[in-house]
Amino acid sequence: MALTNERIKEKLIEKFGEQVSNFEAPYGMLTFEVPKEMNLKVMQFLYDDEELKFQFLTTLCAVHYPDDKGRELAMVYHLHNLTDNIRIRFKAYLDINKPDIFTATKLYEAANWLERETYDFFGVNFIGHPNLVRILNVDEMDYFPLRKEYPLEDQTRKDKDDEMFGRGGSLGYGTVKASDDTTIAESEKDNVGDKLI
Amino acid sequence: MSELVSAKDKHIVLPDGSIEKQTTTLNLGPTHPATHGVFQNILEMDGERVVSAKQTIGYIHRAYEKLSERRPLYQITPLTDRMNYCSSPINNMGWETTCEKLLKIKTPKRVDYLRVIIMELARIADHLICNSVVGVDAGAFTGFLYVMQYRELIYEIYESICGSRLTTNIGRIGGFERNFPNVAFEKLEKFLDEYPKALNELNSLLMRSRIFMERTIGAGPISAERALNYGFTGPNLRAAGVDYDVRVHSPYCSYEDFDFSVPVGTTGDCYDRYLVRDQEMWQSLSIIKQAYQKVQEFKGTEAEVYHADVPEYYLPKKEDVYTKMEALIWHFKIIMGEIEMPVGEVYHSVEGGNGELGFYLISDGGRTPYRLHYRRPCFIYYQAYEELVKGAMLSDAVIVMSSLNLIAGEMDS
Repeated sequence: MALTNERIKEKLIEKFGEQVSNFEAPYGMLTFEVPKEMNLKVMQFLYDDEELKFQFLTTLCAVHYPDDKGRELAMVYHLHNLTDNIRIRFKAYLDINKPDIFTATKLYEAANWLERETYDFFGVNFIGHPNLVRILNVDEMDYFPLRKEYPLEDQTRKDKDDEMFGRGGSLGYGTVKASDDTTIAESEKDNVGDKLI
Repeated sequence: MSELVSAKDKHIVLPDGSIEKQTTTLNLGPTHPATHGVFQNILEMDGERVVSAKQTIGYIHRAYEKLSERRPLYQITPLTDRMNYCSSPINNMGWETTCEKLLKIKTPKRVDYLRVIIMELARIADHLICNSVVGVDAGAFTGFLYVMQYRELIYEIYESICGSRLTTNIGRIGGFERNFPNVAFEKLEKFLDEYPKALNELNSLLMRSRIFMERTIGAGPISAERALNYGFTGPNLRAAGVDYDVRVHSPYCSYEDFDFSVPVGTTGDCYDRYLVRDQEMWQSLSIIKQAYQKVQEFKGTEAEVYHADVPEYYLPKKEDVYTKMEALIWHFKIIMGEIEMPVGEVYHSVEGGNGELGFYLISDGGRTPYRLHYRRPCFIYYQAYEELVKGAMLSDAVIVMSSLNLIAGEMDS
């Protein structure tokens, strides 16, 4: 019998109970949420279980939701069971002030560079990663550019003032260093507020 | 160093403390003719043998994921061109089908078949370059220059359809911007007629050539388990013996209507990768023939269909914008971003030249994606390079790099 979304959900709930939550299936792909400490355990279960066999890591990436306090960063994993040809996606939410999560490199070699990329752009700290350094950006960079507070264009330019295309316009977001004490999202918000008043 | 013991046993054994036992660091790249793109490899060499390889990438990183967060859907298509620029139409159509999945647009069959023709042509162009470049790295330059004229013919077909050749920006959400002109079909017929001969000639130059076989057989092999663990997809995974093909596993653009087989190898070495790519080109030719035949079977008004009827997302004809009120309204709404975008997240993938090219799109209802992540096959399988070349000769390291078909644009996004 081919594996179905319902069966996967059943098996997960049987194993992890209420710790796996928020099951849904947007566009047919089973999606659920796991606590951030559980990501490796869930992955290991999905990998080892004789029926589930999610042994192919399609991709992993992060998403930044600055307004969701305490769970600003979402890690999204896409796994694929090649035998039954079924894909799933699961998410783990992290606090941006403490973005720690276990690495998936122990299970999938493919995760190595993908996690480096995620660290490079979002600053997610993968515990146990063999070589967590920047991969696409320059090593000297001291911020994480795919976080939402960084606007796309150089804000020192005065000749472009177009809110609609995300150029910040008169609001003029500045770049704040990631080493600052407060979270970047919050300090940016304050700056914007001041200028509006 | 322990990996090298077996290799060393076959060669001269040096006494302990010999100065020749020291390793040498060799910078292969960032701009080196053998790297076929802007990426660097820091090789640690023991004589002619590779002890370790450290890959540096990112030289042409252009922040596409960030750029995509500030662009309406239709403006992202030209970004995808510049990823795998050897087969940009596949990237374009992969993105368009992703949007169509999000927007729940059903494309007419004729559009699907026309897309299949273009995507398979792009696959041929991609594999053709890769295979002939493997020949170049093994010392046979002639084949590469000879088959260039057929890639040129493919580019002329693109040009007659969309006006550009390398970075094509071909197609729109819902279909194509215009119907295929007759000259495109004439050129396609010419290609279908002449190309098999040229491919046979390329194969007769390389496939059974003793030099080529000795250079490629056993160079950079990988087992099926390791390849899967490393996230290999596409021809490189199939050369290792796993018959995973997105066109078969999750069909898009009506690939389920076509009859084709998925060639697989056994050892995953350079020679198997060459053979798999070669067989895929023959399969692509067969798919193009089937698709062309299906396109010719459409009669009457059906034979004129080149886009889905989705005025919300498909720009109206320019002359209609000037003369018809409704077309003007739609044009305005699309350009000014007044269209309601559905909220949701979607993962869609297509079989690109190098493997599973995936798009993970999150829409929050705004005019641009909230987040767009590209699964670039090259980026994922290049991690295995060190494992592939460890203990091999320097010349093998070069040939492994070209037979993996690494495209810097795709890797660095």
